[in-house]
Amino acid sequence: MLQGTLDLMVLQTLDTLGSQHGYAIAARLEQVSGGALQLNMGTLYPGLMRLEQRGLVKGSWGTTESNRKARFYALTAAGRRELAKEKQAWDRMTTIMQALLRGDA
Amino acid sequence: MRLLREWMIRLLGALRPGRSDADLQEELRLHLELAAEDAQRRGEPPRNARLHTGGAAQAMEALRDQRGWPWLHSVSSDLVFAWRQLRKHRTASLAAILSLGLAVGATTAAFRLLDAVLLRTLPVAEPDRLFVLGWNSMTSQGEPDYRDDFDYPTFRRYKDAIGLNGDVMVVGTSARQLALVDNSTEPEPVMRQYYSGNVFPTFGLQPALGRLLTPSDDVAPGGHPVAVISYDYWMRRFAGDPSVIGRSFRIGRQPFEIVGVAPKGFTGTEPGRIADLFIPAMMNAQALNAPGWSWFRIWVRPNAGNSFEQVRELVQAQVGRDRQDTVKNFPSTTPGPLITAYLNEKILLAPAGNGASGPQRTFRRPLFILAGLVVLVLLIACANVANLLTAQAITRAREMALRVSIGAGRWRLIQLVLVESALLAICASLVGALFAWWAAPFVVSLLSQIGEPIRLVLDLDWRSVAFSLALTLTVTVLFGIAPALRASAVTPLSAIKGHDDSHANRRLVRSLIGAQMAFCLFVLFVAGLFATTLRNLSNRPLGFESERVLLLDINRPGERQPIHVWAALTDQIRGMPGVESAAFANWAPLSENRWRWPVYVAPRRAEEVSPYFLGVSPAYFDTMRIGMVGGRDFRIDDTPPTLDQEKRPVPGVGIVNETFSRVYFGAQNPVGRQVIVRPDKDMDVPMEIVGVVRDAVYYDLREPMRPTVYVPIEAGNQRTLFVRTAADPLALAATMRSEVSKTYKDTPVLATTQSTLIRRQVVRERLLATLSLFFAVLALLLAGIGLYGVLNYAVIQQRREIGIRMALGARATHVVKRVVTEMLSPVGLGAVVGLALGLAFGGLVESILFEVKATDASTIATPLLVLAVAAFLAALPPAIRAVRTDPAQTLRSE
Repeated sequence: MLQGTLDLMVLQTLDTLGSQHGYAIAARLEQVSGGALQLNMGTLYPGLMRLEQRGLVKGSWGTTESNRKARFYALTAAGRRELAKEKQAWDRMTTIMQALLRGDA
Repeated sequence: MRLLREWMIRLLGALRPGRSDADLQEELRLHLELAAEDAQRRGEPPRNARLHTGGAAQAMEALRDQRGWPWLHSVSSDLVFAWRQLRKHRTASLAAILSLGLAVGATTAAFRLLDAVLLRTLPVAEPDRLFVLGWNSMTSQGEPDYRDDFDYPTFRRYKDAIGLNGDVMVVGTSARQLALVDNSTEPEPVMRQYYSGNVFPTFGLQPALGRLLTPSDDVAPGGHPVAVISYDYWMRRFAGDPSVIGRSFRIGRQPFEIVGVAPKGFTGTEPGRIADLFIPAMMNAQALNAPGWSWFRIWVRPNAGNSFEQVRELVQAQVGRDRQDTVKNFPSTTPGPLITAYLNEKILLAPAGNGASGPQRTFRRPLFILAGLVVLVLLIACANVANLLTAQAITRAREMALRVSIGAGRWRLIQLVLVESALLAICASLVGALFAWWAAPFVVSLLSQIGEPIRLVLDLDWRSVAFSLALTLTVTVLFGIAPALRASAVTPLSAIKGHDDSHANRRLVRSLIGAQMAFCLFVLFVAGLFATTLRNLSNRPLGFESERVLLLDINRPGERQPIHVWAALTDQIRGMPGVESAAFANWAPLSENRWRWPVYVAPRRAEEVSPYFLGVSPAYFDTMRIGMVGGRDFRIDDTPPTLDQEKRPVPGVGIVNETFSRVYFGAQNPVGRQVIVRPDKDMDVPMEIVGVVRDAVYYDLREPMRPTVYVPIEAGNQRTLFVRTAADPLALAATMRSEVSKTYKDTPVLATTQSTLIRRQVVRERLLATLSLFFAVLALLLAGIGLYGVLNYAVIQQRREIGIRMALGARATHVVKRVVTEMLSPVGLGAVVGLALGLAFGGLVESILFEVKATDASTIATPLLVLAVAAFLAALPPAIRAVRTDPAQTLRSE
């Protein structure tokens, strides 16, 4: 996985679905990727912690629909700004890559 | 910014946990549960879910790493471990820390001194373009000497010769004066430097307050009664009061007005002396037209576009012209080569960016010698630490192997050992800093001459801090790296089996012990030389009794005081309680004053070296307890051989010492004989010898007894009163001073003692002897600790072998021999090498030794003996331990 893409994926997921707990984020990513992307806990949770340390997401304990205690993560204002920035950068990068790869073929 | 925030939080996380482990585990648990439920729903076995999510333990580890700084965490746990290690080997660690600490402290103190006296650059503009004029001359005993004091007429000629090619400055030699501040009647000692008006502008200094001296303050002789005070004096005497500008003080009868304060950090130009007052050179009015009255150094800054060599050649040309004139007055008998040498003598332009002073010259060599010794002590201490760490590395080979086999990386091991040695070094540098903080001022007090203290700027500035830090870092790296590399290269299998390359280690330990012994013996040897020099000088026969003699220096400017005034004053003092006898003379012996005239005995020629002369009053010999051998003492109406105001000879009488009698008259009795004194070129004055006294030292404690002529004292401005007291002479000083001021109002009286003057002569020797002895004791202690540690460790290591041998019936002597023999050859070899170094060094410093040679039997034997005893004492406890080994117990414990 590209360095930094996990951050972007998590931020985008939270932006789409709103506040979510870790397992829901992983399930969503797996579902969207058609099962190609399977995050283990050792990657997902340190990633979430890093985002939280950078102030992009905020975690808090709450309860799920099945009434279980879970830690929910929500985007902060800074996180939203970061997401917009990263998305732009990503778009630019993919355009460049596509142009480059087409030229190659 | 975001990254910074992450780091801050992680840093905090390393110090205090943010989210608790339980909190993290709770989150992971939910994840696992949900994954398991999903798997169940999909009809997969729970194993699949586990594969999917990864292990909780690994996730926890990754989370913990993200939470804090894993590296910081490992360092802090290494620190805790290192601290435990230090405490576990408490004695060994304490010995290593103390030895390294003392050595680092002593080195730092030595560096601070060297820096303050020799290395520190003056805080002035372009210090590297400042030079001071000087000569490499010869003393009367033919020893090389350096002179850099000049008189004002010479300064004028050199200044004209240099012209616009450079700034030429008068920088007066610091002199202690008594000043009366405001209208006070209590004189205070101050350090005064005369400066020409261009010194402050050329140095590019700005006043802290008021103004500095300018060229317009240096125009009319005696016409500029202004002074600039130093920042230090302003703080010390006036507590930084800004109203100090405009206040006044008097030196002698001359009032001065304070016009400014020099910038902070500028303490004059003479390291070792801290100037209080700067006064225009024009205020030394009497000296301006007096050739031969040398009272300042000449500083030069070549102007841009001129090299210092160009300026030097301009001065050299002037020297040539001056000397052509002087040569005309030489006696016609002067040999030709001497005249040529005199005409071509080279004037030097020495760099003065670090200042120029007498203490600098006197202590340059001693300080470098002591710095060298201290470095050797440091090396001995380093060897101790290296031995300790090596020994620990051997014992810990198994521990290291264990760490490797449970997955510790090479870098992790290196980090562990480095952290341990860093901890050792930090403890040691703390000890060292404390020691240096105490030691440097203590050494300055050793350097100080009583009444003329050496004062140094010893602020703990960045240079000494940087030095300590660099030293500590070097030491850490030196001692950390080797054991760290060795530890990291450990192969688990061989180490756990208990086999290691102990041969290489033993060899290293043996060579370290050898080096320690060599350095130790060298330091002992050198200390012996200096201590013997001090003892010989202190025990040198003086020819007079120096105890309980109070000296009062009286300087009465203006008219020459007739002899009967001085005599009356002396009589008055003689009648006071507590006074045994009193007399007066030109100056006191060993007061760094001398006077010589050539003396002839017809038909013989004058001796190569002219005898010393001293004017003394009646009862001088009695007061000083110099025995009369023949003839009589002076009477008040005796007159000296001299020239009258029209330069006509006036015959007189004199008393000579025994050496004079022997040199000039051989076995004959000189009393009643006449000699010819030659005070000036081709002027012969007859002198009748009326008495002979025993020899006494005059000018230099180091020189042999020289022919000396005492003559009746004449009228004069400046005299020294000698008062022999019944008890402590300084206790009477205040009474004496007030007694003198009854006769001489407003006249400062400097009181000192003859013993003080003698101590002042041996300041350098005392410094060298005291400090080198201290270093020798330190070196001996450290080397002893080192040897003890190594032997003790060897006994513990070979415990099992010793046990078996003893069980098989080996005798105690045999066991001891086995343990000790291994270290015998490095100790012996080290001693021999140290001795050879010492002998070579002794030859180099012969000129500062007194009546002792490096090749004297006792000089060689004493350090060897001391080292042998120390080695024996160090070997004793391990030997006893070896003998006491209980075979049964040892074998059981393995």
